[in-house]
Amino acid sequence: MTTAGHAAIRSRGPWELAFERLRRDRAAIAAATALVVVVLVAVLAPAIAKAVGHGPGEQFLDVGLSPSGIPVGPSRAFLLGTDGLGRDVLVRIAYGTRVSLLVGVLASALAVLVGTVVGIAAGWYGGTADRALSRTMDVFLALPFLVFALALVAVVGPSLTISVTVIAFFSWASVGRVVRAQALSIRELEYVQAALTLGAGHARIMFIEILPNVTASVIVYATLLIPGAIVAEATLSFLGLSVVPPTPSWGNMLADAMAYYKVAWWFVLFPGAALLLTTVAFNVLGDSVRDALDPKHDPSMAVSAEEAR
Amino acid sequence: MTTSSVDAVAGCGEALVQLEHVVKDFPVKSGSFFARKRERVHAVADVSLDVRRGETLALVGETGCGKSTLARCIVRLHDLTAGRVLFDGHDISVASHAELRPFRRRMQMVFQDPYGSLNPRRRVGSIIGDPFAIHGVAHGAERLRRVQELMELVGLNSEHYNRFPGDFSGGQRQRVGIARAIALRPDFIVCDEPVSALDVSIRAQILNLLAELQDELGLTYLFISHDLSVVRHVSDRVAVMYLGAVVEVAPVGSLYGHARHPYTRALLSAMPVADSERAAAREEIVLTGDPPSPLDPPSGCRFHPRCPRAQARCASEALVLAPRLGDTAEHVAACHFPLADGEVLAAAAARAESL
Amino acid sequence: MTTPDRANGTPLLDVRGLHVAFTTPDGVLEAVRGISFSVDRGKVLGIVGESGSGKSVATQTMVGLTRGARVAGEAVFEGQDLLAMSPDQLRVIRGRGIAMIFQNPLSSLHPLYRIGWQIVEMIQAHEAATRRQARARAIELLGLVGIPRPDRRVDDYPHQFSGGMLQRAMIAMALALHPRLLIADEPTTALDVTVQAQILRLLRRVQQEFGTAIILITHDLGVIAEVADEVIVMYAGRAMEVAPRRELFRTPSHPYTRGLWHSIPRPDMEGARLTPIPGQPPSLIAPPPGCPFHPRCAEAVARCGADTPLLGALPGTERHLSACWLTEGGASP
Repeated sequence: MTTAGHAAIRSRGPWELAFERLRRDRAAIAAATALVVVVLVAVLAPAIAKAVGHGPGEQFLDVGLSPSGIPVGPSRAFLLGTDGLGRDVLVRIAYGTRVSLLVGVLASALAVLVGTVVGIAAGWYGGTADRALSRTMDVFLALPFLVFALALVAVVGPSLTISVTVIAFFSWASVGRVVRAQALSIRELEYVQAALTLGAGHARIMFIEILPNVTASVIVYATLLIPGAIVAEATLSFLGLSVVPPTPSWGNMLADAMAYYKVAWWFVLFPGAALLLTTVAFNVLGDSVRDALDPKHDPSMAVSAEEAR
Repeated sequence: MTTSSVDAVAGCGEALVQLEHVVKDFPVKSGSFFARKRERVHAVADVSLDVRRGETLALVGETGCGKSTLARCIVRLHDLTAGRVLFDGHDISVASHAELRPFRRRMQMVFQDPYGSLNPRRRVGSIIGDPFAIHGVAHGAERLRRVQELMELVGLNSEHYNRFPGDFSGGQRQRVGIARAIALRPDFIVCDEPVSALDVSIRAQILNLLAELQDELGLTYLFISHDLSVVRHVSDRVAVMYLGAVVEVAPVGSLYGHARHPYTRALLSAMPVADSERAAAREEIVLTGDPPSPLDPPSGCRFHPRCPRAQARCASEALVLAPRLGDTAEHVAACHFPLADGEVLAAAAARAESL
Repeated sequence: MTTPDRANGTPLLDVRGLHVAFTTPDGVLEAVRGISFSVDRGKVLGIVGESGSGKSVATQTMVGLTRGARVAGEAVFEGQDLLAMSPDQLRVIRGRGIAMIFQNPLSSLHPLYRIGWQIVEMIQAHEAATRRQARARAIELLGLVGIPRPDRRVDDYPHQFSGGMLQRAMIAMALALHPRLLIADEPTTALDVTVQAQILRLLRRVQQEFGTAIILITHDLGVIAEVADEVIVMYAGRAMEVAPRRELFRTPSHPYTRGLWHSIPRPDMEGARLTPIPGQPPSLIAPPPGCPFHPRCAEAVARCGADTPLLGALPGTERHLSACWLTEGGASP
């Protein structure tokens, strides 16, 4: 039935095609490489500490601080210098990576999970359920982040768990709205009508018909949520609302560095650079993922689809 | 077209699907925030129709005539505003989602858009296997076997069950949709413009497939189309719709040979014919304007503003589908001034429609 | 643009050896593979083909609407080769010499500007007319194409028109600058059959009253039968058959044309099964060697898969051409 021409082109599913497009995107490769490095640093933080011989909380008040009590700059002993208490900045950044990634990824994952479920349900059921869920999302979107975080921490005390929860709490609604909008348009498509005529139940349709078609944009949104979550965590720990010292995080390092910025530039620069690099890498990767999953955005791709008909 | 079509034409086939005074309105909000009007789009206005066992009944009409809406009412994708739908004697008009499930096995739909009717993120085998999964009929290896059987039946290579719809051409995707529809051996299939989106050279393949399946599986079709040449080829009986109402129902030969309703005549005359002699020679009735909006349909006969034969009573008196001019009960039309055999509808300008 | 004096025999548009190819991630897609045709002043040329035949790409390339394509060949319009022109030169020709209308008027007209404004803007871009003059002409044109109350409708937005009216508005816009050639790409495919009849009638009127030549692209043989003077049948980027309309329908020669003919339900068929063309159109990235139709052709011989046949006149005619080994120089089957 197929002509020779058809057999020559391999069958590739939509995910495979997207992956191939991603592979060809140089920016994506660069971003992905950077992120791999970041992850490795986080995973190997103890190894780094061991290699350098300094623990993350160890204070080297004699060699780590100058006689007048000012942190020591980048040197052979302390590759990225020390902080106000003589602790190795490199090692602390490495451990701080763990916090950032953990909170960033966990909070985003939680937000995406809740947002997707609520969004699909709101979009599919419509009517009163939709109205209720939409208004709920609107409320969540209207709440001020920092004020709420401050209030919560005042009640239960700062911790990693609080960080994750609060950030997820404030992110899920935007995911929900995006997913809801998609679900609303997918609902009208013929393959969903077909599923209804076959007798499919609501759960089946939401899970099997709608979810796979929403996943693409959810993935894009998630990769863009993560840097936001990381920055949010840095903000929280900057204000002392996240992990408890002496556990290092980029945010609380930056908070400490504020007092020393005139005399210890490395103390401000390196944690800041780490934050910047990670955030930019996630953003670039997110953009590339979006392009890979939705080639209509790419002008050079647009030609073959239209004109080939 | 089928062996049982003889029975259908002679009026012996019993009704498998019965529509009684079906009405379907859609609420539409219009106007500004302060003066919001609640209007209704009268998509289907009091349609009564039977589909007989074993036949192919065609539903033709132009955009906005309500044929697709009516089809969706029959398979209960829409709820009815009023009226009844009976399937094999059972009233399914107000049945709930759960109550409808056993009927879903017996009535199915083939959709128009080969690109929209298949979930692009699912594999074809999974899509065709949906009916089995939903109704718990076959699992695992047994399901796969039956899916492959179906694929062969509709002319697809059964080894391609793991492929995605994007790997198939339009015609092949339509075959997938058909395989899905016949999986549980339904009695009744609504074909909603099944070939309109396909290339001309592929259409014939799909039409032939539908005909073969009808013979092999004893199917009854409701065939919706705006393409009158296709309809003439595949149907036993034809129902013509205009702006939500059925204006004429007749066996296919009678409809094309001596249609009674002026709209049917106009429609037939506008049909492009792939034959330059006939194209030049045939009667040309060109209706002016476009069909009026279903938001505010004309009174009486809905066609009267564009009808060259319209007179005062057309705007005031309601119409009923009945045999006219000595026709048998098989050929009914809703018109006060039906056309006789051989009578030519004047090509004089119909009253222009102001939009 | 002044045109030199023409002898009657010189066509308005003469296309020779047009090739259009696109580079895609899967390989080079050859959308048009060497077609040649000509359009005479005031005549209607119908291009018939299915999706993938290259019919739209060919005409769009001629007026410079395809991006990123590799183009070869020539398209001589009133003495100038369109394919050799710069985008600026083409812009001058578009609208004044050649106008185009598309299948979906909703996507060809800007939804946020009034119809009248769009027509006026086009007139003023090409001619030195005042707003008042241009607007008067816009109203006149809308009336000409059969839109009732054009003085009121000129200020409506596209979404306020129905499909048929919008297509008329598109035609009005296309005619605003009195083009010599109108390219209509599937103008009625998206329209209801009764509206289609109106639009085809309008196109015929345009041809007769203004002497505009028309290239009508369609997949519908019925539309061709009504409007075209001469017909080209395209398949997989090549021309399969060229003939005057009457001859094409009376004595179709190419197996593809005949296959199309037999696969369409026709009034005289009386419910007999249709004879479809088996298989499907070939991939344009890896087209089969020789005649592109041969894998699906019931009459193919060995030569068909090896050598690509060119358009050749059928014996006894000048204007009926077919690209088929079986008819070249031999008896027509």
